[in-house]
Amino acid sequence: MNFDPRFSGRQFASVGTRPIRPDGIDKVTGRARYGADFNMAGQLVGRVLRSPHAHAVIKSIDTSKAEKLAGVKAVITAKDLPDLTDGDAAMYDILDNCMARKKALYDGHAVAAVAAIDARIARQALKLIEVEYEVLPHVTDVDEAAHHHAPLINDQVFTEGLEEKPAKPSNITKRTQFGHGDVHKGFAEADFVVERSFKTEQTHQGYIEPHACVASVNADGTADLWVCTQGHFVYRQHCAQLLGLEASKLRVTSSEIGGGFGGKTHVWAEPVALALSRKAGRPVKLVMTRDEVFRASGPTSATSIDVKIGARKDGTITAAEATLRYSSGPYAGSWAEIGAMTAFACYKLENVKTVGYEVLVNRPKTAAYRAPSAPMAAFAVESAVDELAKEIGMDAVDFRIKNAAQEGTRASYGPVYGPIGIGPTLEAVKHHPHMKAPLKENQGRGMACGFWFNFGGQTCTDLNIGMDGSVSLAVGTVDVGGSRASLSLVAAEELGIDYSHVKAIVADTSSLGYNDMTDGSRGTFSSSMATISAARNAIKILRERAAQMWDVPVDDVHWEKGHAIAKGEKYGNLSPLSLKDIAAKSGTTGGPIAGHSELVADGAGVSFATHICDVEVDPETGSTRVIRYTVVQDAGKAVHPTYVEGQYQGGAAQGIGWALNEEYIYGKDGRLQNAGFLDYRIPVCSDLPMIDTQILEIPNPNHPYGVRGVGETSIVPPLAAIANAVSNAVGVRMTHIPMSPPRILAALDAEREG
Amino acid sequence: MVEVTLWGSLSAVAGGKARHEIEAKDIRELFRKLAEQYPGIEPWIDRGIAVAIDGTIYRDTWSKELPEGAEIFLLPRLAGG
Repeated sequence: MNFDPRFSGRQFASVGTRPIRPDGIDKVTGRARYGADFNMAGQLVGRVLRSPHAHAVIKSIDTSKAEKLAGVKAVITAKDLPDLTDGDAAMYDILDNCMARKKALYDGHAVAAVAAIDARIARQALKLIEVEYEVLPHVTDVDEAAHHHAPLINDQVFTEGLEEKPAKPSNITKRTQFGHGDVHKGFAEADFVVERSFKTEQTHQGYIEPHACVASVNADGTADLWVCTQGHFVYRQHCAQLLGLEASKLRVTSSEIGGGFGGKTHVWAEPVALALSRKAGRPVKLVMTRDEVFRASGPTSATSIDVKIGARKDGTITAAEATLRYSSGPYAGSWAEIGAMTAFACYKLENVKTVGYEVLVNRPKTAAYRAPSAPMAAFAVESAVDELAKEIGMDAVDFRIKNAAQEGTRASYGPVYGPIGIGPTLEAVKHHPHMKAPLKENQGRGMACGFWFNFGGQTCTDLNIGMDGSVSLAVGTVDVGGSRASLSLVAAEELGIDYSHVKAIVADTSSLGYNDMTDGSRGTFSSSMATISAARNAIKILRERAAQMWDVPVDDVHWEKGHAIAKGEKYGNLSPLSLKDIAAKSGTTGGPIAGHSELVADGAGVSFATHICDVEVDPETGSTRVIRYTVVQDAGKAVHPTYVEGQYQGGAAQGIGWALNEEYIYGKDGRLQNAGFLDYRIPVCSDLPMIDTQILEIPNPNHPYGVRGVGETSIVPPLAAIANAVSNAVGVRMTHIPMSPPRILAALDAEREG
Repeated sequence: MVEVTLWGSLSAVAGGKARHEIEAKDIRELFRKLAEQYPGIEPWIDRGIAVAIDGTIYRDTWSKELPEGAEIFLLPRLAGG
């Protein structure tokens, strides 16, 4: 990579301002096109038949009656998606999840699909498909599934990560361990020890736009896919591999996205739509219903976590230990591993040990959800930290400040930290007016910290300068939170022109080199690095063109504030040439002017946040209302502060829903009982206070502008901050998320009964 | 020569040792030499291993140099949302 990503400490003209987002007008006027808004000539309607059983062998599928129904153009089963995964276990799981092969592994698992001329006929056709099941015992609870008597979901699974291969299969796919020091010695040195068990229920990302796509496979082996996704290049790779297509012949265009939060990093319906189109010979639109989104797209893990923390009287933590069990649906995952890594990442610990267990259950395949796995671990750890501070008699913030990780601390997950922001967020919270505001009866205040890694990844960007001097920027990271605005600011900053002259788009997979997903808070971090690189490459050409126009050596031409300037006394008569001047002459100085960049944006800085929350709990009904909420988070550098604040507020809002209401509820029959927004309640505006934000800027040394990711960390502290607030309000430690009214009343009853 | 620390599960396929002294100038050479010494580590490299160099995590820049005396820690390659 011929690009120096180190932080330069420059002064900014465009970065840090708050212009109107370029996609805003289309979105507020309804012109923006989302996944279901695209149509093709001759398009069919796709519908999926799903298992009503949590666990069942598929003995036979008879599609003959459906195929004979007038208007039906294709019916597919797993036979139409042959296994082309060539031993790639993770891809095989994706294939099996898209269309069950031998067993239905959860309520909602796809078993067949149809394409018909309209939705009515497609629904009729689904009713004509006859599936013979042999129903098997099922398990949906993470603790029950981890028990050795539990029904086995896959008898080929033998727990990885043990010293010896176990003799019997189990639902625990993997054990992982992190830490350093000697926790036994550390606990022996402790004057106070808190030990508790916690549970969190499974939640969905709750994006407003359901999964939707239009697929068209042509007879010559080329194909098009229009889809709502967080990563169209990754979708292309996966779909091409599963369908046996050449990646370069499958053109994937990402639509606008109505929320993803990790749930649109996985293919679900897209390979099915492509297989239907291939069989029917016509384009197929497949849009999930909300019921299908809940039952068959990826929620986060349900968890069960044991935490033990010890400290001396002076408030120094001497040892910390956690055992984390995370459900991964019916396929192997690494969700507990992430929880085990993040659990104690905020703290400076001499003795720490975390152990994670990945647990199979008969629920949908777990998918990433915004800082995946970290919020649940933080809930357990930060609850215990709060309790320990109380036992010692220390203020909760002071106790955390005393034990906070800092530059040079060995992180609980292994390496030593560089410059980090946990200390400054805690100091900001300590001095925030929110912490001193009075509380009324039945109200409580809580605070908590959170950590997330942040990632970079493969990134490719094109910057083209038009003959009128305007700039088009083509990026390959899907815009999930305003990145087209922030990347336009970055291009304007580098080129020295006004933001209004830059237009950013998300290019399709045939127009730009490969880009990783927009995940891991990487969109602005990675694509801004590639945009800076592309702009600098374009400036090199602009200088060469100016040198031609002046007939001077290019080394004498510099680029300052959007102009080429010839440096040296002998050039005193040459007026600076603007970008617009040079672009106007590009046709006769060598043709189009463009900058291209392909790079791996690595070195994303880790991120920390501290949240404060006030709640009021009605002791008669157990209902909780959040009355004040403050987010303090390190952004490295806020490129567009309004969107950074939006990310902070969005994470807090989702965390509030998760903490208080949201939960997958399964019946004894293993069927999901609340697959809709009426029974699965996410917060709406009237449930939330104005969420206050404070942006800290501790520059990331590995980005030219100091940018860190900001999208995920904000969902890590809320479960714990709200649990601490509710616990302080009711005087009982809350250990089970969500803290719905029945759970709060049950906790109060249990306390009264002693 | 650099000292490399492996996380718990990975050390199980590297002779049960967490710390290894390896002569490697960059991440690519480090992975190659680890795989030569411990063939069981290869599937883990294929699945993805991140390398923390003095606390900064690198996931894909295999050309990243390993400075003499730097702290090098191997970690699982993680998913984000």
